[in-house]
Amino acid sequence: MTAPTMDPAALDLTTRVEILVNGAWIPVCDASLLVPGRGVAVLLPDGRQVAVFSDRHGRVHAIGNRDPFTGAFVLSRGLTGSAGGRLYVASPLLKQRFDLTTGECLEDDSVSVPAYSARTN
Amino acid sequence: MTTKPTVLLVGYGMVGHRFLEALAESGATQRLQLTVLAEEPRPAYDRVHLTSYFSGTSAEELLLAEDGFAEKHGIDVRLGDPVTAIDREARTVTTRAGHVLGYDTLVLATGSYPFVPPVEGKDAEGCFVYRTIEDLHAIEAYAQQAKSTGRGVGAVVGGGLLGLEAAGALKGLGLETHVIEFAPRLMPVQVDDGGGAALRRTIEDMGVVVHTGIGTRTITVSDGGTATGMTFTDGSDLAADLVVFSAGVRPRDDLARSSGLPVGERGGIVVDAQCRTEDPAVYAIGECALAVDGRVYGLVAPGYAMAEAVAAQLNQQSGSFTGADLSTKLKLLGVDVASFGDAFGATPGALDVVYSDSRAGVYKKLVVTAEGALLGGILVGDAEAYMSLRPLAGTGTPLPVSPEALVLPAGLGAPVSLGGSALPDDAVVCNCHNVTKGEIRAAVTEHSCASVPEVKKCTRAGTGCGSCVKLLGTLVDEELEASGVVVDKGLCPCFAHTRTELYEIVRVTRIPTHARLLAEHGRPEARDGEGCEVCKPTAASIIASLAPELDASGHILDGEQAALQDSNDHFLANIQRNGSYSVVPRIPGGEITPDKLIVIGEVARDFGLYTKITGGQRIDLFGATVDQLPQIWSRLVDAGFESGHAYGKALRTVKSCVGSTWCRYGVQDSVAMAIQLELRYRGLRSPHKLKSAVSGCARECAEARGKDFGVIATAEGWNLYVGGNGGATPRHADLLAKDLTDDELIRLIDRYLMFYVRTADRLERTSAWLDRMEGGLEHLRQVIVEDSLGICAELEELMAHHVTDYQDEWAATLRDPARLARFTSFVNAPGVPDPSVRFVAERDQIRPDLNVLTAEDEEILAMPALIAGPLLEVRSR
Ligand code: SRM
Ligand SMILES: Cc1cc2nc3c(=O)[nH]c(=O)nc-3n(C[C@H](O)[C@H](O)[C@H](O)COP(=O)(O)OP(=O)(O)OC[C@H]3O[C@@H](n4cnc5c(N)ncnc54)[C@H](O)[C@@H]3O)c2cc1C
Ligand code: SF4
Ligand code: FES
Repeated sequence: MTAPTMDPAALDLTTRVEILVNGAWIPVCDASLLVPGRGVAVLLPDGRQVAVFSDRHGRVHAIGNRDPFTGAFVLSRGLTGSAGGRLYVASPLLKQRFDLTTGECLEDDSVSVPAYSARTN
Repeated sequence: MTTKPTVLLVGYGMVGHRFLEALAESGATQRLQLTVLAEEPRPAYDRVHLTSYFSGTSAEELLLAEDGFAEKHGIDVRLGDPVTAIDREARTVTTRAGHVLGYDTLVLATGSYPFVPPVEGKDAEGCFVYRTIEDLHAIEAYAQQAKSTGRGVGAVVGGGLLGLEAAGALKGLGLETHVIEFAPRLMPVQVDDGGGAALRRTIEDMGVVVHTGIGTRTITVSDGGTATGMTFTDGSDLAADLVVFSAGVRPRDDLARSSGLPVGERGGIVVDAQCRTEDPAVYAIGECALAVDGRVYGLVAPGYAMAEAVAAQLNQQSGSFTGADLSTKLKLLGVDVASFGDAFGATPGALDVVYSDSRAGVYKKLVVTAEGALLGGILVGDAEAYMSLRPLAGTGTPLPVSPEALVLPAGLGAPVSLGGSALPDDAVVCNCHNVTKGEIRAAVTEHSCASVPEVKKCTRAGTGCGSCVKLLGTLVDEELEASGVVVDKGLCPCFAHTRTELYEIVRVTRIPTHARLLAEHGRPEARDGEGCEVCKPTAASIIASLAPELDASGHILDGEQAALQDSNDHFLANIQRNGSYSVVPRIPGGEITPDKLIVIGEVARDFGLYTKITGGQRIDLFGATVDQLPQIWSRLVDAGFESGHAYGKALRTVKSCVGSTWCRYGVQDSVAMAIQLELRYRGLRSPHKLKSAVSGCARECAEARGKDFGVIATAEGWNLYVGGNGGATPRHADLLAKDLTDDELIRLIDRYLMFYVRTADRLERTSAWLDRMEGGLEHLRQVIVEDSLGICAELEELMAHHVTDYQDEWAATLRDPARLARFTSFVNAPGVPDPSVRFVAERDQIRPDLNVLTAEDEEILAMPALIAGPLLEVRSR
């Protein structure tokens, strides 16, 4: 087994990242703009914000950008991690973690953020 | 159907609350109908820590019950309606508001009232007692008034435990403070003459005037009825605006007395060993009770024991209270005072071992038997040994080391401290909740508690005054180790190593990335994962501080580093509550030219930023959006500013006082030294932030002893202090070396900082690191002054690399278009500002618009922004 690749340049420069919103795949950016382990924010036409991440295996994930604990639109600026096979982002404000696949908060079952399907195309 | 037996509790103070808690813990609350009748307007609060109200603890924070406690246990609490009469025949009580309530069992927990000696003028305006939150509110308000319209003098009648606490409070309120004690020494009940002398000296050094051996004759009163001063039994007098009586307390036994229950000659409701009064349906607990041993206890621990005894009986178990230990340890005005066991040597044949240094305000006395078993003691000025000694007192076991060794200060003779293993199982470790060492061990071995918080929850030890927590930690660790439990000291779920071990791995293997570190050294189950928000920044910090050795890029936005850093390091700015950022340019030593000051002002004005002087002698500009950061910084960099690293775990500021250049007392140029140090260590990545300060003379205006490394000028050179901390657990820095030349000073700081970077845990400030270090300050001195490990040359070399490799992160970022690309709010709409970052105006500046943060849905963002940062116009020009 080799160590997971970390070099963004190894990714295909013409690959688009897309997210599924209201039944349609919306292109977001070129995959080369995503650094594995970090996120970017996307502004939707209706004013909503989405946080998009890529992981060390090159997969992409998308959840709502608003941190429900503080009300600020900052989740795209958190650090990602994994625990027990779950990928998450930790809010840069108060550090609560949100599952990148389901949007659930790992600290508090009753809180979640919207989750979006994401793919590279 | 049977009705539940009715229990009425009269008085909702500390002991009353413990009684309710004990019933709740045993589940007895479900079988009883509980009603509490309280005189005070709020539920029970921590009277023991009442004085902390003056240091910022709010009345809410002092409350003892968790939110919803009464509702959860079905307890009917009626505040502000005291009981005025008891009819024992009818088994009813009547309250001031006229309510009549029946009871099956009545529990009196009415506490005590402050005794005010019957001197003339005692009721004048300006005379106070010190018992309730309301008393403190009143004292605070009157003191403010006294400072502006009166002389600003306060006097405390009574030099006992409470009196000294009140004096500390008056001093803290900014009054000139006097203490008047009738006995020939302070704290006459707890300490002997020697201890009293040491205490007096220290308290006088703090600027409190102490008068002993005189009584108060009258309070002088103005025509308007306000206190103006006092006269004393020796004929002298004192002008004062405010007088606090703290001459002891008396049990509140009036209710019992008027309902015909027996009370003691000197007060106190007479109870038996079960805390029952003459009437089997009536109990009395806490400070209002005269216990079966003939004493009224004015401390909270015996009151708790009584509360538990009665709660047990109401739960059909046995419970009794026959007497308690009067040991106390307190921190008065910053002086440790402890008195325990047979402190005055009343046991026949008792011998003393005394160490006294009145110059340093230290007095230690141990009372022992001829065989060397400890009976008790008094410790003033240094009560470190209290927790390990008190449990041994009276056990009859001879001390494991000679008592002389225990009273000598560290440094004179071998330093001796008794570990937990010296204690017998029946030794009481937590005095507040009467928990023995045996019970603590059982919590670990039988109830499988694996940490101090769990043991606290299980046994309640450590949840009172907190003075036993340190010993508790030692005992829990010892027990865990003995039972073969391996305590997981790993950094996070991804690494089983500590930060120190990871540092060594990186240093030796020269692995330059987190990904490889995780794949090669992570826990097996985490090797394939992403890492986490703990190990990523930790690895980034270690790699950054070893960058020159690893041939890795030291710039924190490069390569993999970009993905590891905390958000703040990623944007080289500090994120704020609404997602905007603050900008802090470095202002070395706090020195700044008018021109540069003007640039900061212009930048702030042009970008509409909120401006504030920080606690670190520099200026913070708040409210920048991600997109604005490069624009703001290019203006700042052009004007010669560089990053202040307010965002990183790195050197923050080296504060200075003005020093010998201007100040008439200065003996060295503290500003020049502060600037030199700040420029040398700027950008150094470390386990936690680092702060420093340089003072130009012993007056210490730069507060250097509150810093990770502090420098104070002497006529001969510089004194270096290490391990200081402000924040939540302040610690005064310790003197490491004296009268150093400039070069010696810098060499020593180089070694100190690199040794810290190398061996501290993640987020461990130097203060905690030093406290944890085996051998403490002495060990540190050996390593970095005597070079006992032979690593000093290496430490110096690491620092030399840091100094030559330093580059300003913001200047480098601005030069690099690739790095600049990340400063956009939206990847799909570069140039569009973030509509959620909005501001409103306040005091002529901006502040975050909280409506955005509290809005239920995101629709608010569809509305046009009222005020956005760059467009803001708050001032009419
Ligand atoms: C801006 C400032 C307050 C101000 O308006 O004056 C400030 C602001 C913050 N402080 Fe501080 N501290 C500021 C001076 C201080 C000082 C005073 C000093 O440095 O002389 C102290 C006490 C001294 C000390 O650290 O020993 C101080 C003790 C803390 C602590 C407690 C540290 C401790 O060991 O207990 C924290 C919390 C922490 O670090 O975990 C903290 C944390 C913070 C954080 C990082 C909290 C946060 O996560 O948001 C704040 C970030 C500010 C920002 O976004 O820019 N701040 N903070 C001050 C910046 C000084 C500067 O120029 O860099
Ligand atoms: C500043 C200060 C510092 C202290 N420091 C320490 C210390 O370091 N260590 C220590 O062990 N002890 C200390 N004490 C003492 C400790 O606070 C008391 O021992 C403890 O509060 C006693 O608890 P209690 O419930 O018996 O009385 P209290 O806490 O006084 O509660 C009695 C309550 O009953 C109410 N009450 C009275 N009569 C009636 C009535 N008729 N109807 C309804 N309610 C009534 C009162 O208003 C009061 O709220 C300190 C006290 C003070 C004031
Ligand atoms: S004290 Fe420091 S950390 Fe706390 S709110 Fe103020 S600036 Fe923030
Ligand atoms: S001795 Fe006070 S909490 Fe343990």
